[in-house]
Amino acid sequence: MTAETWKKPGLETLRAAISRLEGHSDRRRKTLPFGVREIDARLPGGGLTLGALHEVAGGGNDALHSAAAGQFCAGIAARTRGKVLWIVTRQDVFAPSLKQVGLSARRTIYVEAGSDVDVLACFEEGLRHGGLGAVVAEVARLSMTASRRLQLAAETSGSLGIAIRRWRRQTDAADFGQPTASVTRWRISVLPSVSLPVPGVGRPRWLLELIRARAGECADFEVEACDGKGRLSLPAALADGSDQEAAGQRRASA
Amino acid sequence: MPLALAGREGRRRVLLSVDLAARKMGLRPGTPVAKAQALYPDLVLMDADPEGDRLGLEKLALWFQHRIAPIVAVDAPDGLVLDTTGADHLHGGELPMLKDMVHRMAGAGFRAKAVVADTWGAGHAIARYCRAPIAVVPSGETASALADLPVEALRLPDTIVDGLATLGVSRIGPLTSMPRAPLALRFGPDIARRLDQAFGRIGEAIVPVRPVDPVEVSQNFAEPIGAAETIARYIGKLVPLLCQGLDERGQGVRRLDLLLHRVDSRTEAIRVATAMPVRDVKRLTRLLCEKIETIDPGFGIERMVLIASLAEPIDRRQTVSSLIAEEEADVSDLIDTLANRVGTQALYRFAPVESDLPERSFCRVPALAPEETKDWPDHWPRPTRLLARPEPVQAMAELPDQPPLFFIWRGVRRKVKCADGPERVFGEWWKNDAELTIARDYFRVEDTSGERFWLYRAGDGEHGETGSQGWFLHGIFG
Repeated sequence: MTAETWKKPGLETLRAAISRLEGHSDRRRKTLPFGVREIDARLPGGGLTLGALHEVAGGGNDALHSAAAGQFCAGIAARTRGKVLWIVTRQDVFAPSLKQVGLSARRTIYVEAGSDVDVLACFEEGLRHGGLGAVVAEVARLSMTASRRLQLAAETSGSLGIAIRRWRRQTDAADFGQPTASVTRWRISVLPSVSLPVPGVGRPRWLLELIRARAGECADFEVEACDGKGRLSLPAALADGSDQEAAGQRRASA
Repeated sequence: MPLALAGREGRRRVLLSVDLAARKMGLRPGTPVAKAQALYPDLVLMDADPEGDRLGLEKLALWFQHRIAPIVAVDAPDGLVLDTTGADHLHGGELPMLKDMVHRMAGAGFRAKAVVADTWGAGHAIARYCRAPIAVVPSGETASALADLPVEALRLPDTIVDGLATLGVSRIGPLTSMPRAPLALRFGPDIARRLDQAFGRIGEAIVPVRPVDPVEVSQNFAEPIGAAETIARYIGKLVPLLCQGLDERGQGVRRLDLLLHRVDSRTEAIRVATAMPVRDVKRLTRLLCEKIETIDPGFGIERMVLIASLAEPIDRRQTVSSLIAEEEADVSDLIDTLANRVGTQALYRFAPVESDLPERSFCRVPALAPEETKDWPDHWPRPTRLLARPEPVQAMAELPDQPPLFFIWRGVRRKVKCADGPERVFGEWWKNDAELTIARDYFRVEDTSGERFWLYRAGDGEHGETGSQGWFLHGIFG
């Protein structure tokens, strides 16, 4: 239990009561923490819930390319165990780049489905299996019914499902506002990289917008992109600041 | 050297078939041997071997049964007929499937023609009497496709064809519009039957060739069955029997065909394939039951046959005793389920290939292929998305090796804020002579809004022979 939740026992009992009502009180839901305190504290359970569906989309032009969103999902998948199923309609993933965020090509099995319907069917099949570390699917349209099916499949097997919402046209991206049954919804936008004292491109930075989180609140984070093991980190300046602040509080409370 | 095969036709010795060289000289099947030899003394003549041809064709039919679809029959003397219903999507669609077939036959030294049509009769006619080596006749357009073909295409005996020629009927189109009764009176029922078969008005059963000594179980029904639940129940009964048979031989199934003989003497088939030999009752039952919806039971099914058309020895493995190593979950059953839905070629992993050119640096391997030990080098960041083909952009850059100052991609002008590079990649002259002097300079650039791209210049910026010096966008970074 993190320090944050320990301070609010009332909130925790309320959450337990709600999850009992939702019908999965018998087992404690596992989560996959990001390893960044600021992000994990905002997520119920202290990380991305396993056995649930999560939605990720790119912001701006990235809604079409899903380059940052893809990298973000690869980073999450890299931190799970077991094989990863990556379902696409048209293949343009460059495998060496996934390896650079820690997702080995030996672990990743690609499915090239002909249509969105096939993508969803394969997605559900993969989630239902339960032996996979993560199932990532690139879909354009995701209806309430379809997402509910996927969420149920993920809940029964305990697999992590990530839907990368990727559209052919910028105008279709408005579809991201429609409600779905996913547990969290993220939008990843690229930010200018960390500026270096020499010519060159520094470590990429992203704006992570947690647009929706079931039993949680929305939040924005500015982070540095995944490293070689798929971990995000906060920009140095901010990390230093909050660290000192926390240290100061600890000292004050002691 | 022209070659022809000679054989007897009644009491005469005639050429039965000729090769391309002989055909160019003007020889045709049916020319008397004496005449051919008199005209072309250097013609190589060999005796035809119809029995050998038939055996060869049967072997080929078995090969097609392995590769393409469960129902394959010999269409003597020179063809095969396949029922590809429900099998084409596993080969990427009808046209790619035909291309693949013709290509493979060409690889084996045969010039083949392939046609997909609604009926056996139509397929037979179009494959033999149309020019195109590959054709897909859309469903419902059989009549227009057949109209211009000669009446020989209908698989009629020579006497009837000659008789029709005396009547002045040489094409199928006019023949279909003639009244049936006088034709039947004069030539018998053959014409009407062949026409109806070609247009699909009456059925024509394809009796498939059978692999040698397969493990096979069958079930006859006193009353025809049709409901999906009933079919599922009998699949559940047949699979354990099959697995028992496989167990006795120590084999597992790689491909399983379920043939459903309908009361109207048509055969429906479903085929499932597995990535590794399987003898698991539950798993095979599930794979088969997922395909039930593709069966058209018609008026009912009177016989079900389950054949392990491809079986391989299954090797037993010791399960991990889990002292330290945690066993990784087995996903081969999921792979099979997905492969039977989207096709085997749509399910793959990427494996590294030793090449500096990005588009050649990976290849697709089967999802369950043994894990390779190599990996991509990790010197430089690589983009998440690689465009299928590099898109030309307009760019302004200082020569010879500076990154662009700005570039225009898809109508949007982007000012470059910072860049990494160049990373020079040379053409692979050992693969292709034309690549001897080719070079590319890759740059990773970031524009003012923070988007990151992978650009390259075709050429080294100094020497004209290294490339066009134009700029291309090849990938997008996250």
